[in-house]
Amino acid sequence: MLANVLSPEVRAGVIERLKSGSKTYYFFVALFGLILMASLASGLHARLIGYDKAYNTYREVPWGILISTYVFFVVTSTGLCLVSSIGHVFGKKEFMPMAKRAVYLSILTICGGFLVLSFEIESPDRMAIYNILSPNMTSNIWWMGTLYGAYLMFMAVEFTCILLSKFKEATLFGMAGVVAGVAAHSNLGAVFGMLHGHEYWYGPFMPIYFIASAMMSGCAAIIFFTWLAYKMDNKEMDQPMAETMAITNRLVILMIFIIIFFTAWKIIPGMVGGEAKLAAMNAMLSGPYSTNFWGIEVAMGMVIPLILFLMSKGKNLNMMFLASAMMIFAIFFMRYDLVVIGEIVPQYYELGVKEYSHLLTYSPSWHEIMVVMGGVSFVAVAFLLGEKIFDGHKMEHH
Amino acid sequence: MRFRKLTEDELTVKGGRDVSGLERRHFLKMGLAITGVFAGGSVLSAISVVDKANAVEIAEKYPYKPHYTMVLHQDRCIDCERCMEACIKTNDVPEYGYRTKILERDVEDAIGQKREFVPVLCNQCNKPPCVRACPTSATLKDKKTGIVIMKSERCIGCKTCMAACPYNARYFNEERRAIDKCNFCKDTRLDKGELLTACAAACPAGVRIFGDLSDETSDVYKTLHTLKYPVWVQRPETGAAPNVFYTRG
Repeated sequence: MLANVLSPEVRAGVIERLKSGSKTYYFFVALFGLILMASLASGLHARLIGYDKAYNTYREVPWGILISTYVFFVVTSTGLCLVSSIGHVFGKKEFMPMAKRAVYLSILTICGGFLVLSFEIESPDRMAIYNILSPNMTSNIWWMGTLYGAYLMFMAVEFTCILLSKFKEATLFGMAGVVAGVAAHSNLGAVFGMLHGHEYWYGPFMPIYFIASAMMSGCAAIIFFTWLAYKMDNKEMDQPMAETMAITNRLVILMIFIIIFFTAWKIIPGMVGGEAKLAAMNAMLSGPYSTNFWGIEVAMGMVIPLILFLMSKGKNLNMMFLASAMMIFAIFFMRYDLVVIGEIVPQYYELGVKEYSHLLTYSPSWHEIMVVMGGVSFVAVAFLLGEKIFDGHKMEHH
Repeated sequence: MRFRKLTEDELTVKGGRDVSGLERRHFLKMGLAITGVFAGGSVLSAISVVDKANAVEIAEKYPYKPHYTMVLHQDRCIDCERCMEACIKTNDVPEYGYRTKILERDVEDAIGQKREFVPVLCNQCNKPPCVRACPTSATLKDKKTGIVIMKSERCIGCKTCMAACPYNARYFNEERRAIDKCNFCKDTRLDKGELLTACAAACPAGVRIFGDLSDETSDVYKTLHTLKYPVWVQRPETGAAPNVFYTRG
C-alpha cells in the first residue's frame, strides 16, 4: 500500500501539482519560507546569547508571548482535531469534506506550537530524558506534554491511514487523537488553573474554558484555511463542501455564544474576588490591557465575527472568511492576555511593600516576536505545500 | 486495599474526645491555628485547636527530623543586607538573581516607627506548589529534612515552578542551566555540620531564628509555641503550609 502511495505516478503527480501554483502562491511560499529561516536564526541567536538577555521575560513574569503562542497553537490544533472528528470519527456526514484538511492542519498547528516551545524551554534535551526517567505524575505539565506527544502520533497515524484509504483504522486513531487531545488540552488549562499563587488563573474554570475555546478556534481555523485553499486555486466550492461551511458557520456561532458566556462568568466572580484578583480584572477591563480586551478580544474576537457569521447565513463565504480571520487574530491576543494578565499582579502585592506595590509590566522582545513569526510561518508554508502535495485534501467517501 | 488494624490506644486518641490531661496540655502547647489577618500576613495566633488535635496530626505537623524552620522577627530587621551578602557568598548566587531579599514597607498611619522591613526567602513549604508542578521531579522535598531542594541535572527550564511559587523564591540560574532557590544552605553549610544558615549566622539583629521545629528545646519551637507572640505566615490562602514564620517581639 505504501509502495503504491510512493509510486512514480504519485510522485509525478505531486511534482506536477507543486509546479502548478500561481505567482502569488510561490511568492507566499518564498515569503513565509524566508521568515521561517530568519526566525529560526533569531531563535538560535537567542539561545546563544541566553534567553535572559534575548527575551523580556523575567523572574516575576517567567512566561511571555512564547508560552501564549504555544497555547494559541495547541488550542487551535485541539479544536481542529475536534471539528474533524465530528465527521470523521462520529460519522456526521456534513462535516466529512473538511475532515482531511482539518486533521492535516491539526498536525501542523501542534508542530508550530512545539517549534515555538522549543525556543522557550531552556533545556529541551533534558526534557526528552527526564520526562521518562523521573516523571512527576502530579505535574500538569508532564501530563500535558506526554499526552500531546501521544496526540501528535495518533493524528499523524490517522492522517496516514486516510491517505492510504484505511478508513476504519483512521477512525480508530482519530478517536484516540480526540481522547488524548481533550485530556492534554484540559491539562494545559490545569497548568494555569492549579497554580494557587495566581488568583486570576486559579480554579476549575481554566480546563473547561480551554476545551470550549478550542472548539471555537478550530471552527474559525477550518473556515479560514478552507476559504484560502479554494481561493488559492481559484476553484469554486463544490456542493458538499459548501454545505460543510454552512454547518460550520452554525457551529462557530454557537461556540462564540458559549465563549461570551464563559468570558462574562470569568469577569463577574472576579469583581468580588480578593485584592490581587481585582487588580488583574481591573487591568483587563479598564487598565493597560483594556484595549486588548475590549477592542480585540471582545470586538474582533466575538461581537463583529458573530454579526458577520450571522449575516453570512453560512453562504457568503467571503464574509465568513473575514470573520474567521478576525477571530484568529483576536484569539492570539486572548491567549496572550490570559498568560500575561495572570502574572502581572506581583506575588507580594497584598503585603503592601514598596517593591511590589504596582502591577508588573511585560512586552515581547524582537527575538520573541521573531520566534512567534517562525511558528506562524511554519504553519503557513506547510499549509501551502500541503494543499498541493495532498491535492486539496480531497476526501474520498468511506 | 488493606489497612493496618489500629490498637485500642490509637483508636482512643484518634477519636479526639478522650485524651488524657497530660496529652491535653501537650496539645494545648502545640494547638495553633491560622485565624485572622494582621500586617499583611495571616496571624498564626494562639487559639487552641485541641478538640481537633490527635496523635496523627502531631506526627503530620512536623513530619521531618530535623524539621528545619525559620522564624523571622520582622520588627528587628534593619535592612543591613548582611544576610543577602552572606547568602550570595555562600551559595554562589549570581548578581542577576537572589535567594533571599529584604522588602520595605511604609505604614503611614503607624505611631512612631513608620517603616519596617520584611525579609523573604523560599518558605520550604510542606505542600510546595513548585514540587507538584515540576514535570521532571527536578525539585523535591528532601525526605529527611523537608527542605525543598533542586536536582539541577533534571531541570528542563520550563519555569513552571517559578510561576507556581507563591513567594517569588525562584530564578533561572544561567550558569547551572537550572532553576536556583534557597535550600537553607543544605549543601553549603548544614550537610557540613553547620547548625545555621548563612543568612541566620550573618544577621546582627537576631532577625532570623533557624532551627528544628520537631525539637521542643529549640528556639524556633519555643517561639512558635509561646502564646504571647503573634505568629503568621505569608500568603496562607495558597495552602502551601510554609515552614517560614514571621513574628514580632
